[in-house]
Amino acid sequence: MNAILILEQLLNGLQFGLMLFLLAAGLTLVFGIMDMINLAHGSLYMVGAYLIASIAGASGSFWLGLAGGVVATAVVGVLLELTVLRRLYHRDHLSQVLGTFAILLMANEGVRMIWGSQPMPMAMPPSLSGPVALLHGFSYPAYRLFIIGVGLVVALLLYLLITRTRLGMQVRAGASNREMAQAMGTNVRWLFTALFALGAALCAVAGGMLGPLLAVQVGMGESILILAFVVIVIGGIGSIRGALLGALLVGLVDTAGRTLVPLLFGQLLGPAAAASVAPAVASILIYVLMAAVLFWKPRGLFPAHG
Amino acid sequence: MADTPHPPSILDHALRVRIAVPLLVALALLPTLFNLVGEGFYISVASRVLIFALAATSLNLILGFGGMVSFGHAAFVGVGAYTVGILMQSGVVSAWVAWPAAFVMGGVFALVIGLISLRTQGVYFIMITLAFAQMLFYLMVSLKSYGGEDGLSLASRSHLGGWVDLADDAQFYYVVLALVAVLFYGVARLLNARFGHALQGIRENETRMAALGFAVYRTKLVAFTLAGAIAGLAGALLANQASFVSPALLQWSQSGMLMIMVILGGVGYLWGGLVGAAAFLLMEEVLVAYTIHWQFGLGAVLLAVVLLAPNGLLSLLGKFRRKPA
Repeated sequence: MNAILILEQLLNGLQFGLMLFLLAAGLTLVFGIMDMINLAHGSLYMVGAYLIASIAGASGSFWLGLAGGVVATAVVGVLLELTVLRRLYHRDHLSQVLGTFAILLMANEGVRMIWGSQPMPMAMPPSLSGPVALLHGFSYPAYRLFIIGVGLVVALLLYLLITRTRLGMQVRAGASNREMAQAMGTNVRWLFTALFALGAALCAVAGGMLGPLLAVQVGMGESILILAFVVIVIGGIGSIRGALLGALLVGLVDTAGRTLVPLLFGQLLGPAAAASVAPAVASILIYVLMAAVLFWKPRGLFPAHG
Repeated sequence: MADTPHPPSILDHALRVRIAVPLLVALALLPTLFNLVGEGFYISVASRVLIFALAATSLNLILGFGGMVSFGHAAFVGVGAYTVGILMQSGVVSAWVAWPAAFVMGGVFALVIGLISLRTQGVYFIMITLAFAQMLFYLMVSLKSYGGEDGLSLASRSHLGGWVDLADDAQFYYVVLALVAVLFYGVARLLNARFGHALQGIRENETRMAALGFAVYRTKLVAFTLAGAIAGLAGALLANQASFVSPALLQWSQSGMLMIMVILGGVGYLWGGLVGAAAFLLMEEVLVAYTIHWQFGLGAVLLAVVLLAPNGLLSLLGKFRRKPA
């Protein structure tokens, strides 16, 4: 275990955490403001990745794919909101679970009908495919650095949007007290649709960024959706700040745990124990983290509601 | 059953003889019917439906009647299934040992998880039950001596002794039917007893029930433990039905599916779990026969149910208008 390995794991964790944040930000706003459990959020991530991969594949340009895919996914999100999700806002959580689960099934199968069940290949832009020397003797993939950069920029833009604009003010008002915001003249219907477009676009950015690293395939949305839920519960539902902190925590613990726990177990208990127990312990870590946070802070780290 | 000693209330969910008995007779005749038309394969499907009906009913007990939205119920099914699998690997094949053990193990795990989870509320309860289920899932994945990720094949079905041979699909079906019928009757009795009424009272208003002197936390914990135990038994039956256990049984999507079954049938309806499980699995069976894209059809039907029958299929009967919680 040396400094370079730890640094590399920290960067990997930061990169994964920032992408989780993009997903969690949309989810936490939808949850906090509309009080809506949206299991189909992961489907937007999947649809975004597929759209970006196919536009990038057809045009030969990663950047064109990214731009086109993000816009197209936002449109998909708006259509979904206008046709179905809008009808679920006033229903109880269980109806929302059933309804959005139905959408999840249809999205998975729809993607399989259009693109087939084989994973979709997606190449990273050639200009970013090499490594970058960060320190003497330590180089890191340029593409991962680029993801970190994009994540930071989007997080900053989101922060400015939420804290410095009129829309952001309405969003914050809605998160802390929906009825009062409505009474003060916020056009909630329009706000909800706009939020959905934003959430879908963020999903697509994450899908497009992670596409070349992870497989673009049917069902990719589900595993990451659970992580995004863990993030927003740790952070406190409805809180962007909480989502950022929760995402970084989960990203770091999950990524670092997968590398460091086997090493640690190997040194303490020997290679046999490390091979059998360590992967499970590493996978469990984030759930232990969530259970611990809920034990001491039952409403998450930054509860948005008063 | 129908003649309760106290005046009927909205908390009563009477098991009506004129529905239950004909249904039981029809289910008992099912294997004979399948054999007559030469479709013996469907006996196994029917066993599967009954087992999931049992698991969904146990979830409905806490979700529908106790208001506890557990997102980790598949964990208890998995614990029961693995109890049977692990016992069988160590040479214990008797159903008289393995099935009660699965029931107890399901209950013990639910008790421990419930002790911690029931201190949280609402969405946080959903997430913490999910967290515990995921921990158990990864635990099973890591147990290489019990198959790890690949799962564990059972050498045979459990042995019941006597003349009963569980390897025979029809005999297995009858045993499952008997168990499900007895447990369903038990759950119905419980819901109409003082305990069941207290549980439903807690669902409606926890603070008021506490003020009235009911032990809210203890009542919820007992219900949660009982539901886990019944799910454990359902898991034991499922392991026998498939002769195979794997971590996939504990996956969060399985918990989600059980929840979908209950919501589809009708949350807080006595028959909700049974109707939901049957509707879901039969729909799957029919759609699979028509198209490989059956999940699309399933999604469309579920969406239609949400939009057209807000409280599940049973609410379509319109007999009881339930106020939104």
